[in-house]
Amino acid sequence: MEKIVFYILALIMIVSAIASVSSRKMLRSVIYLLFVLIGVAGIYFLIDYNFLAAVQLTVYAGGIIVLVIFSVLLVHHIEMELEMAQLSKKILTGISCLIGLGLFLFIIYTNDFKVVENSKTTSVEAIGRGLLSYDSGGFILPFEVISILLLAAMIGAIIIGKGDKLTKNDDTL
Amino acid sequence: MIAGISIYEIFTLTSILFFIGIYGFITRKNLISILISLELILNASAINFVVINKYLYPDVLQGVFFSIFIIAVAAAETALAVAIIINLYRQISSVEVKDTEIMKY
Repeated sequence: MEKIVFYILALIMIVSAIASVSSRKMLRSVIYLLFVLIGVAGIYFLIDYNFLAAVQLTVYAGGIIVLVIFSVLLVHHIEMELEMAQLSKKILTGISCLIGLGLFLFIIYTNDFKVVENSKTTSVEAIGRGLLSYDSGGFILPFEVISILLLAAMIGAIIIGKGDKLTKNDDTL
Repeated sequence: MIAGISIYEIFTLTSILFFIGIYGFITRKNLISILISLELILNASAINFVVINKYLYPDVLQGVFFSIFIIAVAAAETALAVAIIINLYRQISSVEVKDTEIMKY
């Protein structure tokens, strides 16, 4: 059962990803990306990391996609078609990507992973305690760094998004 | 772990997603499309962290933490990139890569 679900998810993700990088209409490309992100959340649900799946759905499907759709609608006409790369360039890039993919798969399939059979579920409590613990293996410092990064990104986005107005006010002061 | 699915199959899926992202990153001519390809690449790597955590080291949670950090960094990066793109559009009325050759003036 889980096997079938995984294969369906994988098929949806790969097809939508290809459609997303090759669609000529901007808005469709974003919606295909949404399908890929929901598929990723499905994979997280399948391997029993429910918290991560919920974060993926809220942050990506709820936040980032809406942000990108807003920027697409502010910047483009909906019906505008994108300029595409030349065919020779596309073929060259495709071939080099396939070579890279082959290299990746060769390394993965020749490596012997020591898989541990388990069916553990992770509670949100364990994740929270791990993130805030001071002991070895605790992640309190990266957690704080990430919070500073988010604050800095938020302020930076507001300043950049406001554009000229801020500098004009500086001149009058 | 997913019953009946080996770690190799998931790695195959994430590698394919990663290289589709790289293909889009190189061939697309539009800043927003490049941003979309970047999301694909980041997601593929985030799945890898989680899967390695679950299949090889189920007793620890490091992979989950790194995935959370990747998601947070991706959110910050997208917000900043969208702000930059909109500001750029105000100044030069275009978001094509070939028109974006000036930093300020």
